[in-house]
Amino acid sequence: MILEYFKIGIKNIRSRKMRSWLTMLGIFIGIAAIVALLSLGQGLRNAIDEQFEMMGRDKIMITPGQNFGFGGVAGQEILTEDDRDLIEKVNGVDITSGFLYKTVEVKYKNEVKTTFVTGIYTSGEETEVMKSMQNWKTAEGRDLSKTDRYKVSVGCEVTKDKGLFKKGVTLKETIELLGKEFRVIGAISCLGNKQDDTQLFIPIDTARDLFDEHDKLDMIFVKIKDGYTPKLVAEKIADKMRKDRDLDKGEENFQVQTSEQLIEVFGSILGIIEAVLVGIAAISLLVGGIGIMNTMYTSVLERTREIGVMKAIGARRRTILTIFLIESGLMGAVGGIIGVVLGFMISYGVELGAKLAGFSYLSVKISPWLVLFGISFAFIVGSAAGLLPAIQATKLEAVDALRYE
Amino acid sequence: MLKKTTEKPTSRPQKPIIKIDDVWKIYKIGDVDIYALRGLSLTINHGDFVAVMGPSGSGKSTAVNMIGCLDIPTKGRIFLDGQDISHLTESDLAQIRGKKIGFVFQQFNLIATLTALENVMLPMIFQGTPEEERKKKAKELLEKIGLGDRMHHKPSELSGGQQQRVAIARALSNDPQIILADEPTGNLDQKTGKEIIALLRQLHQNGKTIVLVTHDPDVAEYAERIEKLMDGKIVSIVKGKNHNHQHTGR
Repeated sequence: MILEYFKIGIKNIRSRKMRSWLTMLGIFIGIAAIVALLSLGQGLRNAIDEQFEMMGRDKIMITPGQNFGFGGVAGQEILTEDDRDLIEKVNGVDITSGFLYKTVEVKYKNEVKTTFVTGIYTSGEETEVMKSMQNWKTAEGRDLSKTDRYKVSVGCEVTKDKGLFKKGVTLKETIELLGKEFRVIGAISCLGNKQDDTQLFIPIDTARDLFDEHDKLDMIFVKIKDGYTPKLVAEKIADKMRKDRDLDKGEENFQVQTSEQLIEVFGSILGIIEAVLVGIAAISLLVGGIGIMNTMYTSVLERTREIGVMKAIGARRRTILTIFLIESGLMGAVGGIIGVVLGFMISYGVELGAKLAGFSYLSVKISPWLVLFGISFAFIVGSAAGLLPAIQATKLEAVDALRYE
Repeated sequence: MLKKTTEKPTSRPQKPIIKIDDVWKIYKIGDVDIYALRGLSLTINHGDFVAVMGPSGSGKSTAVNMIGCLDIPTKGRIFLDGQDISHLTESDLAQIRGKKIGFVFQQFNLIATLTALENVMLPMIFQGTPEEERKKKAKELLEKIGLGDRMHHKPSELSGGQQQRVAIARALSNDPQIILADEPTGNLDQKTGKEIIALLRQLHQNGKTIVLVTHDPDVAEYAERIEKLMDGKIVSIVKGKNHNHQHTGR
């Protein structure tokens, strides 16, 4: 019998096309927003996981300042070669690496651009740690080596026409950095964002001379020895650095984080952003639900006589309740289906936009779970919104309903 | 006072299908009690064709509600096929109505979004009749009343007379014993009205119990007997003049 009530519900919805569409609009905007945000969020999460997976779980990252990515406290806020030496001596530390960077003007074929130039350690294993931390792969040529002085390895955008320069740079050509000529010996595969992909990499010793920065490091990377727990090694490093800097616990002006902690930090930041956005989308869904409720109340009023007739010809309260709930639930579900489709279209649009803008991290996937969730959630919202009007419909006395004009 | 005819028009076995026994219906509006029925007693036997007449305010509508099991009395008892229904719940009443009583209304009251066929099938859906069976039955009924070619039309695509015939088919769908027609000709022109009455008479001849509520004396005359209502009770029962008269409206 339920099937029949579905048919009746569909007929009722179709008989009031305009109103039904307007009612469903509220639902599908809400669902589309939620689906888009969740799928984009999931896409980002996957991208981050992928990046960290490549980085490996045996890495530790030391950054200056109090909080990751944000400014810090007074006093010593930079990292130095001394810190690196200190860290190197910590039990469990295998290899240390790091970098120093600066934005400088670079010149290629009379074209001058400002970009990041990063000084990196060039012994094989130091480079490997750096590469795994930053997810680099050598796309062309070779990596910088210990004997290189005025050699440069470039990001993928530098080799592309209309990338950093009008014309792409090729191997063996020279680029001028702060008045010095550097020969291009290699190119790094695309990382997916413009800032990273327009970078130039030079040996750190050359960078120190060039930038006149003889001690500073912007970041230190650590690869730990097999069999050690990253978290424990990180604690030991922090302990040692606190002692060296004469700081108490909680006063740190540096951050020591394992790759796993980084994932957690990214994950929780993303989680908060997601929660806020989905919360906002949920409000629109709530408004959509109220729209359904309003429509259903109007419908009950308009169909008072119809309800009376149905009761007269044998419909029980339960039946009336079912008919109205199915109708509102259907409006929710149809709104949900459209919303899910729209939501995925939006997230693919955003993904495409991000790719065009140079961010290739993001990859949205249609998760069946999200499709199911979107549609059933919309159905539930619809049914819940229809509950009060439906109860009102069942409460109508057949006698009164039949006389209703 | 009461002028009752003791003589019965036919010689069928006298088995009451509806027995209304000293029924009172009192509505409270603010502090005032409105007496809609004041001790209504009425017996309708199997196979009867009864017209209920009365001016507005006579309690006619309330009486119809009682006969149709749409309402329960404040006082007194109502028996449907021997079962006391005076204290049943609304859902039980709905179930009984669906099975035993077929309603025909003045405004036809078809469901606008459903086709003729679907309208006729609706009461059977409420009774849980399987789809095959209800489709077959509804088609048969519509063919019988001459609307076989209109069964997929919506009410708005049908004339008043056609709509009322669909309503009658709907009333018959669960094979009820009683057809309760409340002013069935009220919204129809005279010719169409006569056709509808003819249809009701035909149903009566086929053994249905017909209760016809009307204010139109000409229509009432087609019934076996006319129960006249005044001030919430039956004041007279007379024999319908045209009951056996073969009218030629169709």
